[in-house]
Amino acid sequence: MASHLPPKSTTQHEQPASAGMAAEPHAPPRGLKRWLLTTNHKEIGTLYLLLSLTMFFVGGLFAMVVRAELFQPGLQLIEPEFFNQMTTMHGLIMIFGAVMPAFVGLANWMVPLQVGAPDMALPRLNNFSFWLLPVAFTLLLSTFLMPGGAPNFGWTSYAPLSTTYAPPSTTFFILSLHLAGISSILGAINIIATILNLRAPGMRLMDMSLFVWTWLITAFLLIAVMPVLAGVITMMLMDINFGTSFFNAAGGGDPVMFQHLFWFFGHPEVYIMILPAFGIVSVIIPTFARKPLFGYASMVYATASIALLSFLVWAHHMFTVGLPLVAELFFMYSTMLIAVPTGVKVFNWVTTLFRGSITFEPPMLFALAFVVLFTIGGFSGLMLAIAPADFQYHDTYFVVAHFHYVLVPGAVFAIMAGVYYWLPKWTGHYPHPQLSRWHFWLSVIGANLTFFPMHFAGLAGMPRRIPDYALQFADFNMVTSLGAFLFGASQLLFVVVVVMCVRGGQQAPAKAWDGGVDLEWTVPSPAPLHTFETPPDFRPPQH
Amino acid sequence: MRMRKRLVWTASGVALAGSAVARASGWNMPVGVTDLSQDIYGLHMTIFWICVVIGIVVFGAFFFSLFRYRRSRGAKPSRFHEHTTTEVLWTLVPLLILVVMAVPATATLKAMYDTSEADMEVMITGQQWRWRYEYRGEDVSFTSNLATPREQIDGQSAKGEHYLREVDEPLVLPVDRKVRLLMTSDDVIHSWWVPELGVKQDTMPGFVNENWVRINEPGTYRGQCAELCGRDHAFMPIVVEAVTPERFASWLDERRSAAAEAAMGLDREWGMDELMERGQEVYATSCASCHQPDGSGSPPAFPALAGNQALMDDRERHVETVVNGVAGSSMAAFRNILNPVDIAAVITYERNAWGSETGERVQPSAIAERLAD
Repeated sequence: MASHLPPKSTTQHEQPASAGMAAEPHAPPRGLKRWLLTTNHKEIGTLYLLLSLTMFFVGGLFAMVVRAELFQPGLQLIEPEFFNQMTTMHGLIMIFGAVMPAFVGLANWMVPLQVGAPDMALPRLNNFSFWLLPVAFTLLLSTFLMPGGAPNFGWTSYAPLSTTYAPPSTTFFILSLHLAGISSILGAINIIATILNLRAPGMRLMDMSLFVWTWLITAFLLIAVMPVLAGVITMMLMDINFGTSFFNAAGGGDPVMFQHLFWFFGHPEVYIMILPAFGIVSVIIPTFARKPLFGYASMVYATASIALLSFLVWAHHMFTVGLPLVAELFFMYSTMLIAVPTGVKVFNWVTTLFRGSITFEPPMLFALAFVVLFTIGGFSGLMLAIAPADFQYHDTYFVVAHFHYVLVPGAVFAIMAGVYYWLPKWTGHYPHPQLSRWHFWLSVIGANLTFFPMHFAGLAGMPRRIPDYALQFADFNMVTSLGAFLFGASQLLFVVVVVMCVRGGQQAPAKAWDGGVDLEWTVPSPAPLHTFETPPDFRPPQH
Repeated sequence: MRMRKRLVWTASGVALAGSAVARASGWNMPVGVTDLSQDIYGLHMTIFWICVVIGIVVFGAFFFSLFRYRRSRGAKPSRFHEHTTTEVLWTLVPLLILVVMAVPATATLKAMYDTSEADMEVMITGQQWRWRYEYRGEDVSFTSNLATPREQIDGQSAKGEHYLREVDEPLVLPVDRKVRLLMTSDDVIHSWWVPELGVKQDTMPGFVNENWVRINEPGTYRGQCAELCGRDHAFMPIVVEAVTPERFASWLDERRSAAAEAAMGLDREWGMDELMERGQEVYATSCASCHQPDGSGSPPAFPALAGNQALMDDRERHVETVVNGVAGSSMAAFRNILNPVDIAAVITYERNAWGSETGERVQPSAIAERLAD
């Protein structure tokens, strides 16, 4: 059990209008400058989460355009050229703008609170990491206004479609990804420094919450692979603007090399988007089952194994590019291996529920849906690992179904679970129970209606990234589009719930959920701007 | 509970899909008409059923716990949090299942990679946005374009049965013969995919990939490009017609003489009307998808031809562009795609349509001479 500390009461949120503020030597700036210059982990966490929410709607809007065009066969609303820009920007914005910043935002808020640190280890760097992102995404979105339009070659940017044949705006896309990449690397360094140096006295690594553990491992993944992304897009930049031929066979290069480099980044990247989700779910399920997490140590080892394996499986995205047989076999076996630690995680979650005392508050609902729906995505992942079968699945909607199952009812549901879980800590109020449940059920129904028929469309032979399709795919696409509109609209409800929660609602005590064991539940709700200015008296929870 | 019900429905729905109903219904992977496509289907169904069984066990335990250990039913939490034997067991058992699965997968993969001892070879070249087929050593080659009319795509007329899956000239292959498929691309990466043949292979510019097929049953098999290749990625279908070896041999002869006939007339002077008429047809199949039926193009990627004064003033550049293409752009070198008559006709058409009316004719003989250099 966690230590039962009296709340470390500290300074309250400063009131902008409070008198005497000017007299204080370190009075924080007000208005816009407060947010521009803040070095406080909670404020920066909030900024990340707001940016993420904004980008979630921008990327979602692109998805709605795609689904509207695909509602029926034929070209009704947009031209193929613009359709390709929509799919590309949907992927880029959702990955780099919505999912990744959401996890960084949650880390900013919760890692210091869970390890008992007063702030992130490098607060000014923290500010810089965040403010790179609005610049990056403004630049990325501005490509819509450029001649030839936005990038249209898919988020995977396969050369030479993304180099020799790309629109002129590609150079801006590269710069924007560089900025987002720098932001990620700096954020990761900060998280590692915080976790390794600022833990409360007496907190060993194996005492940390699973959310902190998964983020520690994720941060190492980020540091390892973001430079590879930077390298490969710089090679694109050189091919486009400086006459090199890295990916151009006519000049001695090789388009397959692009894919090797890209997926050496890209596969760990997908785990960057799921490991913190594992962490969130591993914190929420024990809270609402009122029982310690089953197999804490094996959870940590499984996460680490998944991270290590993620460097050895990249070419399973490339089974059809003409790899030698030995390479196909190696990458098939290594990919199948990932099912083992992933399975361990799912078994642990289920066993945590077993003989618990379970309640179904909104964070728990999202976490439970995560376990089931992520597992469905895991199953299709296992099927995709079988290389001969992948020759049929590859580049079809079956793949689209797979990665949306692990990313939407997977990563996004985990983020929402985390938001519902920690909203009482952030705002001091519980989210509206009825509306939260509506949001949950509409999201679950919408997501499954959207993504389940994609399995069938893919198996029946529908390729990805097409604006128009043969008639046998029409029914699947219509259901998918209706589901997507439902899912998209349901997310407006999420905004309503969050806004209502910020403005008021049922008051939450310091320990907002009776089963919560981590240190954040020892500080008042809402958490004051400064917490743990003196280290908490930490006693290890029972793992 | 609702989720459990849905899962049961899903499971039974897909169980049906495993049976004969789904084999042809378009909900599942096609069984296909080659030994390999059938092996792949077998692997697909095996791994699928393994997932279903694991799913029933895991989700069963999950929903049982949710139902049985609700606090509202008065459940008191237990404190247990590890059990080494169980944990070792559920690490090793999945590992064993995977090994069992890897054995047949490895065998199938090896067979897929065995391109040796083929009876014939076809070179497949992807181009934005058409396929080019060359029967190696047979002196037969042609391009295969989308045959669906524009009006169907734009919704101005009813869509046909094979909407977007029909071509002007299918790839004809003999059944019961091992055909080695050599694949490459002239521009970006494409992917040649016919589900019922169990073949999907990326075509890489500057490299040649190998695959093979031996079709067991005569018939028409349809597929399309699977790798995003630019604007008209969705409009790059593949149709394979599998015929008996005898029928195939006679088809080769017919095809050769038809090609010779189409290329005839290099020795004579062509009149404006016949050039324009033929040019219009060629333009519609080979040029209109990018440069638009009215020649307006879609700049900056695809320049306008109508009203392009610079081009009309520079006939040499016009001929050069069509014949040799523009390196590093989507403009293909049509010397490899069209015969000299078609090239001459289409250039003539472009220089006299849409109000430009230069009055110039380009003669097939001149193009043939140029190609001979």
